[in-house]
Amino acid sequence: MMTTSGTAPLTTPTETQILITREFAAPKHLVFRAWTTPELIRRWWSGHRGTVTIADVDLRVGGAWRYVMTSNTGFEVGFHGEFREIVPDERLVFTESYEGMDGVEPSLNTATFAETDGLTTLTLLSDYGTRAVRDMVIASGMEAGMQEAMDELERVAVDLDI
Amino acid sequence: MARAATTADAFNAVAEPRRRQILDVLAHGEHQVNDLVNRLGVAQPTVSKHLRVLREVGLVHVREDGRQRMYRLDPRPLKPIHDWLRDYEQLWSQRFDLLDVVLDELTATQDEGADDDDD
Repeated sequence: MMTTSGTAPLTTPTETQILITREFAAPKHLVFRAWTTPELIRRWWSGHRGTVTIADVDLRVGGAWRYVMTSNTGFEVGFHGEFREIVPDERLVFTESYEGMDGVEPSLNTATFAETDGLTTLTLLSDYGTRAVRDMVIASGMEAGMQEAMDELERVAVDLDI
Repeated sequence: MARAATTADAFNAVAEPRRRQILDVLAHGEHQVNDLVNRLGVAQPTVSKHLRVLREVGLVHVREDGRQRMYRLDPRPLKPIHDWLRDYEQLWSQRFDLLDVVLDELTATQDEGADDDDD
């Protein structure tokens, strides 16, 4: 098994971006398929934090996507956006909004699928426009039990006056 | 430039590259302002301004040593940032590990189907 389980390297190339890179032991068309097919998205998108209840994907430029998961502690977390660019098996550009944050500009995400010797490197670059929003999104991925930290983050965001 | 309200948290304090450089230097031990000026090659008022921001969020402490003011790092305010990043990273690690399982199945299915996939 060539799987690279463990930590996904996450970096913050600029103060508004998050970059995540991961190698998969599969050709790029399969990684692309797993990334864009609703019944497959349902199997991985929530991690171990809950269950995906909605995975809608209208895979065409201008088409919408929406994922909702119910966390293990019972609350719903939803994200949605629109596809801006689609190069099958190679590249996706799409917007993304966190449904808990009204009135915030969506992030612009670029996913690239690059295959070498049967292995695919997935690169996901998210640009949130402002650092405050990026930091809130990072925190939104947290487990339900971390409400205290969320409250702290809310204070931070208020201080930042976004 | 920086609004007063934005200097009150560690997130903002470390968003400024020069302030991160100062923290990097202080991570190796206590220093006086002149050391920082020399190491960073930046004017003293600039260094002092950044040190003031870092002190306001508790990342840097100062003590008097005779006529010198010695600055040192206190990393504790960085912990929430570290925790948030680590948690987000962990979520993506979980997603990718599950994606591995999905991909193993897709790969196996494809291999069984031999050459009927012309992608």
